[in-house]
Amino acid sequence: MNNLDAAFFALSDPTRRAILARLARGEATVMDLAEPFEMSQPAVSRHLKVLEGAGLITRRVDGAKRPCRLDKKGIKAIEQWLAVMHKALARNYDRLDNVLADLQRATSKGELP
Amino acid sequence: MSKMALTTEGDRYVIVTRRFAASPELVYRAHTEPALIQKWLLGPDGWTMPVCINEARPGGRIRYEWKDGKGGGFHLTGEYVELVPFSKIVHVERMHLPDPTPDNHVETRFDSDGHGTLMTMRMTLPDAQTRAAMLSTGMEHGMEASYVRLERMF
Repeated sequence: MNNLDAAFFALSDPTRRAILARLARGEATVMDLAEPFEMSQPAVSRHLKVLEGAGLITRRVDGAKRPCRLDKKGIKAIEQWLAVMHKALARNYDRLDNVLADLQRATSKGELP
Repeated sequence: MSKMALTTEGDRYVIVTRRFAASPELVYRAHTEPALIQKWLLGPDGWTMPVCINEARPGGRIRYEWKDGKGGGFHLTGEYVELVPFSKIVHVERMHLPDPTPDNHVETRFDSDGHGTLMTMRMTLPDAQTRAAMLSTGMEHGMEASYVRLERMF
C-alpha cells in the first residue's frame, strides 16, 4: 500500500504524468525527455527519481546512458486500485437498486417512506 | 439490473450512465435525502457514512464522511449549484485525502425511460490532466487497457 501512496504522489505532478505518457510510447533517455518538456536534464532526472522510487518506471544501463521505461508491475498495481474504485461505484448503484425497491414498496402501500 | 457505463468525452469529461427500475422522482430523492444516501453511497462493502450533510437547495452544502470500520476514512465536501426536482442536479465536489482534489463539476440528469429512469452523470474536470489523474495514470494506452479489462469484469 505504501508503494501505491508513492505512486499516487508521483502522479500528482503534471510533468511526471506527461513523462509517463511519453514512456507509454517506448523507452526514452533523460536527453529525449528534456527536449520536448523544455526542462534541464537535472530537472528531468529529479522527476525520474520520484517515478522510479514509486515503482512506476525502471532504468537500465546502456553505456553512459540510462534509458527509462514503464514498470509494468507498478502500473498494474494502479490499474488494480482503479478496478476496485470502479467496482465500488458499481456496487453503490447495485445498493441503490435495493433502496429504490424498498421505497417503491413503501410508496405503493401508502406508507410514508 | 443494468450495467453501469463509464466513458470519457473530449479531454475533460467523464460520463457515467445507469438505468434504474424506479421513477425519476424516487431516484432523485435517493440522491438528495441524507437518510437514503447513507444507505447506498458507501463504496466498498464494510464502509459506512456516519456524517451526511446534504442541503438540497442552490448554494446548499454537501459533506459526506466515510469510515472503513478499521480506523480509516476520508471525506468529501461540495456545494449545490442548481436543482430541478426530479430531473436535474448540478453540484461541485472535491475529495479530501486529506489534501483537497481539484473541483469536480457534476451535472446529474434523471430521465424517464420506459417504467424506469436513465441516470446520466456528467463530470467536468478543470483540465485534461486532472481527469487523467482521477481516472488513471495519465497514459492514453494504459487507461484504455484498464477500461477494456473492466468492461470484461462487469
